[in-house]
Amino acid sequence: MKRVLIGLLVVWVSLTAALSNATAQSTLEIVITEGQNSARPIAVVPFQWLGEGEAPYNFAEIIMADLRRSGRFNPIDQGQMPGQPGKDLDVSDYAAWARLGVEAMLVGEVSLLSGNRYQVTYELIDPLRGQITGGTAQALVDGALVNSNDHVIEGRSSVVGPNQFRQYSHRISDVVYEALTGERGAFLTRIAYIYVDFEQENPYHLMVSDYDGYNERVLLRSPEPLMSPSWSPEGNRLAYVSFENGRPEIFLQDIYTTEREKLTSFPGINGSPSWSPDGTKMAMVLSKDGAPDIYVMDIASRNIEKITDHWRIDTEPYWTPDGKSLTFTSERGGRAQIYRVDLDTKRVRRVTFEGEANLGGVVTPDGRGLVVVNRDNGQFHIGRQEYPNGNFQVLTQTTLDESPSVAPNGSMIIYSTTHNGKQVLALVSMDGRFRARLPSREGEVKAPAWSPFL
Amino acid sequence: MQLNKFLKTLAVLISIGTLAACASSPSEDMDSSTSGSTGSEQTTDGTRGGVETGSAERMQTPEEQRQERYAELRQEHIIYFDFDESTVRSEFAELLTAHADYLSRNPSVTVVIEGHTDERGTPEYNIALGERRGNSVATYLRNLGVLSSQIEVVSFGEEKPLARGSSERAWSQNRRAVLVY
Repeated sequence: MKRVLIGLLVVWVSLTAALSNATAQSTLEIVITEGQNSARPIAVVPFQWLGEGEAPYNFAEIIMADLRRSGRFNPIDQGQMPGQPGKDLDVSDYAAWARLGVEAMLVGEVSLLSGNRYQVTYELIDPLRGQITGGTAQALVDGALVNSNDHVIEGRSSVVGPNQFRQYSHRISDVVYEALTGERGAFLTRIAYIYVDFEQENPYHLMVSDYDGYNERVLLRSPEPLMSPSWSPEGNRLAYVSFENGRPEIFLQDIYTTEREKLTSFPGINGSPSWSPDGTKMAMVLSKDGAPDIYVMDIASRNIEKITDHWRIDTEPYWTPDGKSLTFTSERGGRAQIYRVDLDTKRVRRVTFEGEANLGGVVTPDGRGLVVVNRDNGQFHIGRQEYPNGNFQVLTQTTLDESPSVAPNGSMIIYSTTHNGKQVLALVSMDGRFRARLPSREGEVKAPAWSPFL
Repeated sequence: MQLNKFLKTLAVLISIGTLAACASSPSEDMDSSTSGSTGSEQTTDGTRGGVETGSAERMQTPEEQRQERYAELRQEHIIYFDFDESTVRSEFAELLTAHADYLSRNPSVTVVIEGHTDERGTPEYNIALGERRGNSVATYLRNLGVLSSQIEVVSFGEEKPLARGSSERAWSQNRRAVLVY
């Protein structure tokens, strides 16, 4: 146990040191608040640079950070490694790697092709299998005995430019993650969020960045509040609420062309847009008839259909993956709880019962879980309820947690929380065992929305 | 003798002052600082020189007192709410009555009631709660005779805090409705 803790500490220190160098220009920076000792050890060997002078990029650093953040892997300290091979052929002693207890080792090489093009080659190796076969396993293929190299789990090569290094690192992380877990990786995704700095003339910003906070882009600056970004299923457009005309209105914006259009401007609340899984409809909250109710708009025709009708608050619609029903928050039973409405029959059923109140429900991509903001004893935490058995688990221990959004592979939740009196973003793995904070340098960061697979 | 004359003059002045006050339009400018001011002045009733008359501070009518107090109250545009509540607290009854009095006397004037919340709870829920606070104030004003057409409610939820930070003190300042003319 002690060894595990020391190991974690070493990795944590080296990781934060590495990250603090790399993120000088970035608003977001990952700080791991809690590791988990059940994460699987993995060796990410520094990629070997086959050219002159300094290596052009530290691929291993990005990949280690990705794998660590997923909560599923625990990349070992590079100082512990028995060598730094760049390819499987250079691994002299599989047993030495197997003794480290690593499930897999990632090795890679980078060489300059011409001008600004680099060849990046990598292999994911099972050292235990390599130890058994000596790296020379043979298998019958079409009746002939051939070298199978079955200890090499994955091996790929690509030509990339320097401005693609970071993106390609995330791509490698995706390949490693899928090879070892059987699930698609979500490292090549983005988040949209609202950034507020009251010291600025236009305090409200709609932002997009890589999922890890890098490559931040401002999509919109406004003197009035911006809220509730929601991704289109193709990942190229955002719906959000803007108060630029003194009252809430829902806008759509293309994140690449900056093209933008107003979707709704009804009297009262125009809020909480949520794009349907097929991209043709928008669920939203309107209060034009009095109390806030859930509506679904056909985006092409702008026709709206009223889904709920209750004199108390209904808000926060979210689509189930099949597009046939919505979860939403309602006060119809007294305190706010999550309900589910069938879009055909309009039948409403209460879903949550744990704690004083549950809000901000988000259905997981497999449809088998519901992530909520759970209020208990006046504390707001992110919780997860399994469907249909109803098992409930509180996942976070931070303060004033809200706005959960789930990665498209269902592995992680990004949410807004309060740290040192400021709103920041935080990550928690779906099982609650791994937690990280993404502090901002100044201002408040909130309302994160995780993109679909891009 | 001289005292008697003085009192007579005073009585005349007071009645003129009161008449003037009654005649003045109750609408628009409720400021009564000019109508009540009286100072020393020469008499013009043919008395020989050498005398001066003085006057007392004019007494305000109850209506004038009320208007003055309302004008003062209307300097205040914010009322505060309890956590997760949208009921208007009794301590703000007079403040809202002052605004309602002004609005019903001036039916062409409109007001935007902004609803705000503290940071607790989700942003979307707080938009709804802020609107409920705004509506609660709007209903209060309508019950005092303000026209629906004079009132617009806009909820900003937790997006425009008056006080920063996560203390009970900051929260209590942020749970508010603001009347914006």
